[in-house]
Order: sequence, then structure tokens, then C-alpha cells
Amino acid sequence: MKVKNLQTEKQFVKPSLKKQIKKNKVYYSMIAPFMLVFTVFTILPVLMSFLLSFTSFDMLQLPKFIGLSNYINLFLNDDVFLIALKNTLILAFITGPVSYLMAFVFAWLINELPPKVRWFMVLIFYAPSISGSAYLLWLLIFSSDMYGILNAYLIDLNLINTPILWLETPKYALFILIIVQLWLSLGVSFLAFIAGLQTVDRTLYEAAAVDGIRNRWQELWYITLPQMKSQLMFGAVMQITNALGIGMVSVSLLGFPSVEYSGHTIVTHLLDFGSANSTRLEMGYASAIATILFVLMLGSNLIVQRIIKRVGT
Amino acid sequence: MEKTKKTHEEKTLLIDALKQDEINWIRQKKTKMKKYRKVRLSRSVGGDIALLVVLFLFGLFSAYPLIFTITNSLKGLDEIFVFPPRLFPRNITFENFVDLFNLIGNTQVPISRYFVNTLTITLFGTVGHVFLASLCAYPLAKHSFPGRHLINQLIVYSLMFSTVVTQIPTYMIVSWLGLIDTHMAIIIPAWGFTLGLFLMRQFMVTIPDELLEAAKIDGANEYQTFFHVVMPLVKPAWLTLIILLFQQLWGIDGGNYIFTENLKPLSYALSQIVAGGVARTGTAAAVTVIMLIVPITVFIINQSKMLDTMAHSGLK
Repeated sequence: MKVKNLQTEKQFVKPSLKKQIKKNKVYYSMIAPFMLVFTVFTILPVLMSFLLSFTSFDMLQLPKFIGLSNYINLFLNDDVFLIALKNTLILAFITGPVSYLMAFVFAWLINELPPKVRWFMVLIFYAPSISGSAYLLWLLIFSSDMYGILNAYLIDLNLINTPILWLETPKYALFILIIVQLWLSLGVSFLAFIAGLQTVDRTLYEAAAVDGIRNRWQELWYITLPQMKSQLMFGAVMQITNALGIGMVSVSLLGFPSVEYSGHTIVTHLLDFGSANSTRLEMGYASAIATILFVLMLGSNLIVQRIIKRVGT
Repeated sequence: MEKTKKTHEEKTLLIDALKQDEINWIRQKKTKMKKYRKVRLSRSVGGDIALLVVLFLFGLFSAYPLIFTITNSLKGLDEIFVFPPRLFPRNITFENFVDLFNLIGNTQVPISRYFVNTLTITLFGTVGHVFLASLCAYPLAKHSFPGRHLINQLIVYSLMFSTVVTQIPTYMIVSWLGLIDTHMAIIIPAWGFTLGLFLMRQFMVTIPDELLEAAKIDGANEYQTFFHVVMPLVKPAWLTLIILLFQQLWGIDGGNYIFTENLKPLSYALSQIVAGGVARTGTAAAVTVIMLIVPITVFIINQSKMLDTMAHSGLK
């Protein structure tokens, strides 16, 4: 990375640059190890994925350039991709904003509790997102026989007579994914919000009360939110990226492929073509899917950043 | 007689003193309460209650599956499949855990092997990441040099997509480097975890410049400043990085990268047990509980440190 910097910067910055770099070489030596890993495992893969998306590549022979045909096939000939795209967008549009609001609202409510209760509630809400494979328990909850927890309760309450095939019925698929995803979604951004709320200047609230702020909603909009804009942006990035990246939950709960592709998302479509265990080995095609997902994630993040910048104005 | 009278007087004195203490204490408490009320100026009781109810309901939603897993692991098979389902077991039994240990004892590769594998991956991955990320975050946060802005920008952008996107090329790179079927295939990419670098940098920005200046005047070079001044100051941040990375690496099953049975991590071995079907439901719950305990304990211990770091997580 050190060398790379030298080369890329040389072209457009003043002659003093060489001296500046020499003077700062100790800093370059400090960032070099991390930047090397970052370049090899993040920047390079993004570029490779982009380039491969214009090729036909099976990992055995050299990639062959085929122009835009991967993208054309995706949108015109691959009905399953269109289902995946639709599902991903539905899931993202619901779980993204809802999980974001949940993370913020809970952080905000918890923040007013006494410290010990607050500590406990943070643990309760944060635990699902760090519990690894514990979300598999939802398999037991939505299980299709009468021992499935949800079915059992519903039968017990006489709401239904026969067990519902939750995981095997297409119309329930997205609903289940949304529930489980929301359950998992109070992660890093939730913590960032709690921490952000604790740093808001308390005296501002008193001043505001004198100035005529009457209820908690006004207080929230005029004081709290503008004060923690930067955490709000960070949280948005985390939630959007997660919401568009739903895939593993679908595979574990609904199976792969899910019934009538009802739980198919861009990520599962990508796994279908591009994972090392997949039998298709169409890496060029898979790269095109990955590139579309990349553009979706980056694009929606940048748009939302713009919106949040306006909060409280 | 004298004596008892004296003691009686002493007693009344003592009681008076105690009363005075109590009054003082109550007064203090009242002023405290007043202070407490002062902060909560714009609040209505109805709103408070409604919001607490909401909080309680969602807390239940959040905790229920985890509680169910834990209680399931303490139920016998007959109690797991009871209709209607019971949240808490009638007879607490540890037979699921006993079964688990028996199963583990019979595997071809000893379970300690899997455990050591997971430990190796988690330990080297986490330590390496914390070290490299802090070393890199320090100049990015505290010094200006050509290219710094570009790198900061790249790091923010890299937070905006998940690693699924780069999976295929990453696999190719790992195989070019000849790392397939070694622990390094998981450890090295983990070092480049950008969220960690980002949080570390945000935290380091808050270190007062005077401290760094002082170290410089004392004759420390940049590396000495980093190790003796900066690193001790950012302890909350490295605990956060440890927690975040620990969670990821602890549950990893190495699916795509590790094929030799001897090298596979614990999570893989345990998932094989879970795959045993309905009869293993109880054992599976025991497995989940065991996998769950470690990251949650780590979080419980470090919650306040983690919140400290997160306070500086903002994106500008």
C-alpha cells in the first residue's frame, strides 16, 4: 500500500509530496500491515468481482469476456433472479426501516431507566444478535406439526384446528423471515444509539423545557436527534447493509431452495451459483449477481445518508 | 439503679441521634428526587406507562426464544414434546448435557481437537486484528499525511456492503495464497475487519493531542508513543473489537475453507450433532446453550466498555 500510495498520488499533487511522504514514512509503516490485508481481502475482491461479472468463468478455464450478457440474462431470462430481487427489496424495505426505528426507539426508552435496569434491558435486546446459531430455535417455533410451539399455542387456544405448515407455505415465507430478521437486528447500531444517547448534554433538556418544549416528542426531534446525528448515520449503514444481506436465515429456516422460491433472496441466488460447494460453478454469472447486490447496498446507503443529514432542520 | 438510669439516658440520646440521622437522610433523598424530577420535565405519566408496556412486550419477544432454548436444554425428551408446550420444565434434568458429553466422547476426532481449533482461530484472529487495526487507526486518527483522507473514505465505504458480495473473489485469493484447508484461511481475512478499524479510529480521535505532544517532548518515537500512551488509553475500544470479532469467529464452521476433519472448528462438530434429527432436540438445545454462553458472558463482562466505544462510533 505504501508503494501504491506513492504512485497514485504522484500524478496530481504538488512536487513537495515526495518530501511529505518521506517525512511521514513512519505513519505509512504503521498503516501498511492492515492496509495490505484490507487491499487483498476487500478492495481487490470488489474489483475482481466487478471485472468477472463481464466474463464467463468456471474456475477451471481462464475467464472469457462476454460483455453485458450476464446482466442481460439476469434481468431478461432468469425468472428466479427476478423473484429473488423482488423478495430482497420487500424484505429490505420492511426490515431496514423497522429495525432501524426499533433500535432507536428501544435505545431511547431504555436510556431513561435506572442504570441497573438499563444494563439488564440492553443485554436482553442485544443478546439475540450475538447468539450465533440460536436463531435455529425459530425452526421449533414455526415447526409444522402440532408440537411446533406456535401451532401448539394456536390449537390450544382453539384458533385453528389443524397445524399450519408455516415453513412450507409460500405466503408465510417472507413474514417469517421478517420476524426472525427483526429479532436478530438489534446489533451494533443499537449499542451505538444507547451510547450516543448517554453523551447527549443533559443541561440542554432543562434549557429546552424553559424555552417551552412541552413533551418528549418535541424534545426528541429538536434536541436529542440533532445531537446524535452521527450515530444515526452509522446505525443506518449497519441496518441497511444487514437488511439487504438477508440470506443465511432463509437457507436455515426455509431450506434451500425454499418452496417455490418464496424465501429466495439475492444472497441465496448468489450462493446457488457462486459458493464453493455449489455444483453450478458459474462464477462470472455469480459475480454479476454480487455486483448488483454491491450497487444496491452502496447506493441505498448513500441515499439514506443524504436524508439523515437533514434531520432536525 | 444509677447505672440503668444512665444507660436509659444514653439510649434516648442515641435514639434522638438516630432520628436526626433519619430525617437528614430523608431530606437528602427528597432533594435527590427533586433533581431527578428536574431532568424529566416534559413527561406525562400516561406516556411513561404506555412506553414501559411496549418495552416489556418487546423485551419478551426478544428474550422468549433464548429462554426457551435454555429451558429446553434442561427438559427430558418426554417434556420437550408435550402438548401444549411448557416454557419451564417440571423436572429439571441435565441428561441432555450428559448425552452431549457421551456423544462427544464417541467421535472419531476427539472433541478437544475441535475445541483447540476454534480456540486457535479465535485467538489468533482476534489478537492479530486488534493489533493491526489499532496500529493502523492511530495515524489515521491523529496525524495527517498524503492519502489519509482517501483511506478514511474507503473504510467508510467498505462498511456499506457485507462480505457476501466479495465471497467468490475472496475464495479465489485464499486459494491462490495456498491457504485452503488451513486455519489461516479464516484468520487472515479476519484481520482486515473494517468495522473494527473504523470504531478504533473514531475512539482514537478523542485522545487529547497534548498527551501525544508530551510523549514526543519526552523523546518517544511514534511506535513508543503508540505502545505506551495510545494503547493503554484505548482499552475500551480494544475490548469492543475483541467482543465483535470473538462473536464472529467463535461460531464459524469453516465450511468453504477447511476440509480436513482434524482442522475443523467446534461449531462444525456441534452442528453435526444437531443434525441428528428429532431425537436429538434436547441435545441440540444443550449445544446451542453451550455455544451461546461464551459470547454472552464476554458481553456481560464488558458491556460498559463497549458502550464507551460506541459513543464515538458516529459517521460524520
